[in-house]
Amino acid sequence: MRYFGILAFFTASLAVTPAFADVFGAKQTVLDNGLEVIVVENHRAPVVTQMIWYKAGAMDKQPGKSGIAHFLEHLMFKGTETLAPGEFSATVQRNGGRDNAFTSQDTTVYHQSVASDRLDLIMRMEADRMRNLVLSKEVFEPEKLVILEERASRTDSSPGALLGEQTSAGLYLNHPYRLPIIGWRHEIEALTIDDALAFYRQYYAPNNAILIVAGDVTADDVFALAKTHFGPIAPSDLPDRPHFTEPPQLGEKVYAYRDPRVRESSLSLRKLAPSYGEGDRDQVYALQVLMNILGSGNTSRLFRALVIEQRIALTAGGWYSPNARGPAEVGIWARPTPDKSLDDLKAAVREEVRKVIEDGVSEDEVSRAITRLQDAAATAMDSLAGPARAIGRARISGLTLPEIEAWPDRIGEVTAEQVNEAAKAVLGAPGGVEARLLPSERPTTGGEDKS
Amino acid sequence: MIHSLSLRYSGIRLAQSLLVLALFALPLSLAKAEVRVEEVTSPGGITAWLVRDRTVPVTAIEFEFTDAGAAHDPVGKEGLASMAAALIDEGAGDLDSQAFQGTLSDKSMTIRFSASVNGFSGSFYSLNRYRDEAVGLLHLALTEPRFDDEPVERIRSQFLSSLRSKETDPGTIAGKAMREAVFGSHPYGRPSGGTKDGIAAVTAADMRAFIRTALAKDKLHIGVVGDIDPTELGLLLDTVFGDLPEKGLGDPVTEFTPPPPAGTIVVEEDIPQSTILFAQRGLKLDDPDYYAGMILNHILGGGSFSSELMKEVRVKRGLAYSVYSYQHPMKHAALLRGGGQTQNATVGETLTVMRDVVRHLSEGTINAETVDNAKTYITGSFPLRFTNSSSIASQLVSMQVYDFGIDYLDVRNGRVDKVSVNQVNALAKRLLDPDGLLFVVVGAPTGVDATLPVPPGLE
Repeated sequence: MRYFGILAFFTASLAVTPAFADVFGAKQTVLDNGLEVIVVENHRAPVVTQMIWYKAGAMDKQPGKSGIAHFLEHLMFKGTETLAPGEFSATVQRNGGRDNAFTSQDTTVYHQSVASDRLDLIMRMEADRMRNLVLSKEVFEPEKLVILEERASRTDSSPGALLGEQTSAGLYLNHPYRLPIIGWRHEIEALTIDDALAFYRQYYAPNNAILIVAGDVTADDVFALAKTHFGPIAPSDLPDRPHFTEPPQLGEKVYAYRDPRVRESSLSLRKLAPSYGEGDRDQVYALQVLMNILGSGNTSRLFRALVIEQRIALTAGGWYSPNARGPAEVGIWARPTPDKSLDDLKAAVREEVRKVIEDGVSEDEVSRAITRLQDAAATAMDSLAGPARAIGRARISGLTLPEIEAWPDRIGEVTAEQVNEAAKAVLGAPGGVEARLLPSERPTTGGEDKS
Repeated sequence: MIHSLSLRYSGIRLAQSLLVLALFALPLSLAKAEVRVEEVTSPGGITAWLVRDRTVPVTAIEFEFTDAGAAHDPVGKEGLASMAAALIDEGAGDLDSQAFQGTLSDKSMTIRFSASVNGFSGSFYSLNRYRDEAVGLLHLALTEPRFDDEPVERIRSQFLSSLRSKETDPGTIAGKAMREAVFGSHPYGRPSGGTKDGIAAVTAADMRAFIRTALAKDKLHIGVVGDIDPTELGLLLDTVFGDLPEKGLGDPVTEFTPPPPAGTIVVEEDIPQSTILFAQRGLKLDDPDYYAGMILNHILGGGSFSSELMKEVRVKRGLAYSVYSYQHPMKHAALLRGGGQTQNATVGETLTVMRDVVRHLSEGTINAETVDNAKTYITGSFPLRFTNSSSIASQLVSMQVYDFGIDYLDVRNGRVDKVSVNQVNALAKRLLDPDGLLFVVVGAPTGVDATLPVPPGLE
């Protein structure tokens, strides 16, 4: 069961991420300029991962500038007053290290992994580019083409990604999460150096960042290094950011996208949910247990009912990640067997959701899910960068470090009653979107969806 | 999935997911990482390589049976090894699929199998407090898999659905065209995940016979990492693997030496961006120039932003987001491969730049500083591979499969450091073949002349 396994792992890891609490033993300090520094000691190998998390992601763009956070992420490798374009990465590599970066709706993150005796070097360079970025037309224009190629690879070449982008725009009525992280093509094309620099000056500041270092280091040494390299950087006046509240959703939207590149139909259902960043915190923990029972792995309720018992789906599962500054989402996906339509499949999915909402889950299901989630946390330290990523995602979403460390205990307190309340409140709420990915011609083999 | 992240580059990593390629990316000294490899032989005579580590209370076991992969699938049953791998953990002994998988899930155990071109691999990962039970399940899977109708037909449907889905995927199409153009009817020309006809034809009896004959002790290589001592491991090895047959199957796959045909294949697809693959002859793992080849590939397209392909194609011209090269050594053949994606209008220019990069390097133009930078990366990044139990265990397996010796981790960096700039340039002149490159383009490219026919089955 290979491909389902991958999906299941993805979902489980999302659900479990901040859990690796008790095992992290992370230490934290805040510099005078507001930079938060977190250290996870792990002495397994003489290496270290440094990550800087800026509290500025795709959602923080100005209207009409979708993709600017991600564009700036690329440009951050194009040199400073003292480093030539490309020299940051070349220096990391020359020292036997790897570096990369990523952008999400909530955050932009730069990270390097390197021998632990080179931490001083990479921290000096990371501090340098927090303030001293230099951009020219010579680097900007080719990089725009690169990003358009990236969009073509990731989104335009993938019917599933295209549908996901359209569906997100429908799931959020008001929140900027509705816009793609990489940006709409026409808006990427219109972005300028000034747009990138404006975003950079507005948000790249010590008092808007979290530095996380994991590996073969001591917390005191890292705190001292951080003070040396980041300490001299003055904090910025950060802009007041609007809080986006979603209005009530009255009806469910259906997106049906037909594409000649699609051979196999699929269905997904997405609804808004509370997150660590906003909404009912108790519900957030209960939802992690709920979605583990409902949709994680091939013994979950959805998989058992739809794939094993009814043989209506080839695969089925659910996801929920509580890591978000704004609203999170819960989702269910499934692919029908060749002889079943998406309408048949949807009815079967609805029935499983109805059962959870009306009949609830059992004490036994809850206690087994809690054990699974806590066991996964127990292996969190079997990774260099994993703990840094898990802490970063949860901190950016608004959990405190003690809350992150206490995750297994907090999950352990979830009751069946809370799970059932969460199911009613979130899965039972009106609204959400349904996405149908379909071949552009009806296959001759079976009753394709009639909608 | 709002948090699907956008990475600065990731295409490079895709190519490295194959075990063999991972091996190529690993080769650095472990002296610095202080990893001690012990050879453990069980009372029953089964050998494993062990790295003891108490970072987390787990045991990770990776193992591979050689000569038991897709290249050995019978004609007409293409996909047999992959199907067996997907089904061996779907019920065994008295446990049906849901009972078996339910125990794995409830106790956070991983027992997973996969088939590659040459081998059949297993992964085991368990918290030590569940280890005895997990070990029992692993033994059961290897010796008494059930192959019940429900999971067999379910997995078959999933395989067929997956194969149908990939029929329009440009990367899959390009890979198929490349394989068929290079290897023709040789077993390496087959897709490792099987064909629709082959998957449809595989029976439970086929899979039972495969498990009984191909998974044998003389083909087995085991790597173990975790909080386990040699005595405990010896008992574990006998429990899991002691009942397997002594001797497995031979290797009927023949050596394949012809270089890829020179020229360009264009598979027309109505998509906005073309996928490009290229290949030429490469180096096998036992080639005396293996380490020089590692450095050369790093400089060509293996080293993310500092590589020549990245600089010329992406950084200077903005022609692609992902552009890369990698060595693809197989047991009976070897290729140097690469690729990228670019919009249809710039395919002609991109192919020219790629060929020019290969030509420039083939003229012996690499300087000492470039070689030194490649070496410090290849040697210095070695310990980064040793931060996770399962990846260390996989490395131990590869070292055995490819006969690298138990001291490999200690000697590796020294061998990389010993390579001179002259050796790298001599290899570049001997190996790189700008006019012999085979290009495969899938898309609607402009400015490209197709000089080779589309292989049968893709027209």
